[in-house]
Amino acid sequence: MATKKNNTIKLKFDSARNLAPAPESKSAAKIDPQYDLFINGKFEKPSGKKYFPTINPATEEKLSMIAEANTADVNKAVVAARTAYDKTWKKMPAAERAKYIYRIARMIQERAREFAIIETLDGGKPIRESRDFDVPTAANHFFYYAGWADKLEYAFPNRRTEPLGVAGQIIPWNFPLLMAAWKIAPALACGNTVVLKPAENTSLTALKLAEIIQEADLPPGVVNIITGAGATGAAIVNHADVNKIAFTGSTEVGKIIQRAIAGTNKKATLELGGKAANIIFDDAPLDQAVEGVINGIFFNQGHVCCAGSRLYVQESVFKEVVRKLKDRLETLIVGDPMDKNTDIGAINSKAQLDIINKYIRIGQQEGAEMYQPSCAVPKKGFFCKPTIFTNVAQSNRIAQEEIFGPVLAIQSFRTDDEVIEKANNTPYGLSAGVWTDKGSKIFNLTTKLRAGVVWANTFNKFDPTSPFGGYKESGYGREGGLQGLSAYVNIIENR
Amino acid sequence: MIQTKTIPDFSAPVHIDQVGIEERASRFTKRSIKNESKLNGLMLALNMIDLTTLEGKDTEGKVKQLCYKAQHLHDAYPGLPTVAAICVYPSMVKTAKAALGDSGIKVASVSTAFPSGQAPRDVKIRDTKFAVQHGADEIDMVISRGKFLEGEYNFVFDEIAAIKEACGEARLKVILETGELVTYDKVRKASDIAMYAGADFIKTSTGKISPAATMPVTLVMLEAIRDFYYKTGKKIAMKPAGGISKSKLALHYLVMLNEVLGEDWMNNEWFRFGASSLANDILMQLMKLRTGVYQSANYFSID
Repeated sequence: MATKKNNTIKLKFDSARNLAPAPESKSAAKIDPQYDLFINGKFEKPSGKKYFPTINPATEEKLSMIAEANTADVNKAVVAARTAYDKTWKKMPAAERAKYIYRIARMIQERAREFAIIETLDGGKPIRESRDFDVPTAANHFFYYAGWADKLEYAFPNRRTEPLGVAGQIIPWNFPLLMAAWKIAPALACGNTVVLKPAENTSLTALKLAEIIQEADLPPGVVNIITGAGATGAAIVNHADVNKIAFTGSTEVGKIIQRAIAGTNKKATLELGGKAANIIFDDAPLDQAVEGVINGIFFNQGHVCCAGSRLYVQESVFKEVVRKLKDRLETLIVGDPMDKNTDIGAINSKAQLDIINKYIRIGQQEGAEMYQPSCAVPKKGFFCKPTIFTNVAQSNRIAQEEIFGPVLAIQSFRTDDEVIEKANNTPYGLSAGVWTDKGSKIFNLTTKLRAGVVWANTFNKFDPTSPFGGYKESGYGREGGLQGLSAYVNIIENR
Repeated sequence: MIQTKTIPDFSAPVHIDQVGIEERASRFTKRSIKNESKLNGLMLALNMIDLTTLEGKDTEGKVKQLCYKAQHLHDAYPGLPTVAAICVYPSMVKTAKAALGDSGIKVASVSTAFPSGQAPRDVKIRDTKFAVQHGADEIDMVISRGKFLEGEYNFVFDEIAAIKEACGEARLKVILETGELVTYDKVRKASDIAMYAGADFIKTSTGKISPAATMPVTLVMLEAIRDFYYKTGKKIAMKPAGGISKSKLALHYLVMLNEVLGEDWMNNEWFRFGASSLANDILMQLMKLRTGVYQSANYFSID
């Protein structure tokens, strides 16, 4: 009997993607034509009178005009924060501070739908993710740190703590609201005041958060949110009256900040790039591992600093894993981020799309084998098909450099020691994933992988109670959890 | 049956991660099925139903009513498909076969001392042959869960193979009774044993044990079918049964089917819902889509 060759068998998935449109309604969110700077509890026009547009990366349409803060505006914000710190916030009983933080959390929940819609319109991420992940997790961070505000003496037993003062916080465009929450919540809980700058192409949800902070009646100046690009960020970093810099973003900018604050008394936490290794052993639950790989690299279009962008698969299951991955890729829906069925939305900006496409070309030139699913992508807007590379060498640039897009580099390995060595062979060390059914192997790897977070049989899981941060060029300091508090206090040893 | 040399070692451990499989299953429920996708999905689901009555008090009269319903789901809505099959006890096969005539609707019969399966093998074989002789197109057997849990995988394998032989031309559905196997690892192992032993369908449940079909359990089985297909080139059909009574849930199952096995499985040759009350809920939704208003259950015949 003539038997069909296995490699000719292919499942068909065309109909899995052709679902009727299920768009979330834009009208459920209000976006003003223009946004000013939130300083000292009020929205103020920028002194330079300059505004820049923010666009929807899925349609390239302008959403709003955003104020550009210059050095004078930054100074005003820092002065407001200092005054609020000295006059109000520092003196306020901790339980009172907690009430404000709790109130912000509740208000985010109440307006969750509006936040999700704006996050998706402004940043390009699928509405499913902003609705189910970004917004609820942001609210959770405020809830969690509200609880710590009056319990700091238990966080640092037998030691006294004092707040740092004014915290300058600069956040990236990949999780605009969530990163604002990660930064603001612990800072306020520990008694600091804040000057926060969102990324220039995703300012809207931070400004919406400013509206909530205003409505929540937070004392003026405790949180100031100012918008602008790199120059605005530099002005915050270089301001003499800022006590702490918290930065999440690229390693390149992180190094600039590090240099700028050298020799000053400013404390810093830097959460920078990553090139995480996701490791699949042959005794792993393979289908769940494949799903973890998909979530690890294609979550938020791969714009995740802890994205699992390097996949290591044990040779005995390599072919099977790659086949399963390819099948799974065929069912991913790429397109309108506002559609509830979209799995992969728009790349955040033209500039980022160019970088991703550059790396895809580099990968091909390096001789790696590229695979993209046969899906169509919208003509307008910035889109990139989910992309996997096999036949990748450790020395390939696509396996070494952070791409920050939906591009996965797959390599095989034979032994545990080999994969540990390869996984650690990177300038970064933010996260890693281990997939195996064997508990002892998990513990062996978690102690040897030099990464701030190691996930076992899952990936990209976040919780306010869990610390997050990097090794090496992925930065220093921890955010989240008990550990996230120490980034915002001075510890005085003897009480 | 598959060649012996390709049959895997069933005593080897299988790896299914509970958290992961449940997370993946819930992801399918996030798909939003609207407009024409919903209409097509509902029509398809209706056409995949094994309309079931499996009660001690079943009579010929009851079965005849059900057979009429199977052919005329809701005559107020012209152009509706029929269900895929009627599922009854062996003693009712003859009645059902006669009542369904040349409608094209299949007669499925449970057998092998359904639902417990606690009977000697020769009784199970006779039970099966009886149903086939009376005209059953499909046989829904139960595996010996006790033997399976004892680790007697060869016993289970041989029993399925023996029933398959007794089926002749009838297609064999193998009920794993996943509610008694409990863990996903065991569901996967039982699925593999059933497929290698000759099952045409693998089926979750008898409907007599709770939990019956769940999405994660069905997902484990669909993935087993996919892996088997890649290994052998042979397609196996799937039937979740019990606990699927709402249209929305049925649509979630179809999304899952479509994203795991693809469109080749999206028809009633390769997928069935074992259900008794699902049909009317789908009819209610279809009438809502058509008229814009919900009608009460009183407008849909129960048998």
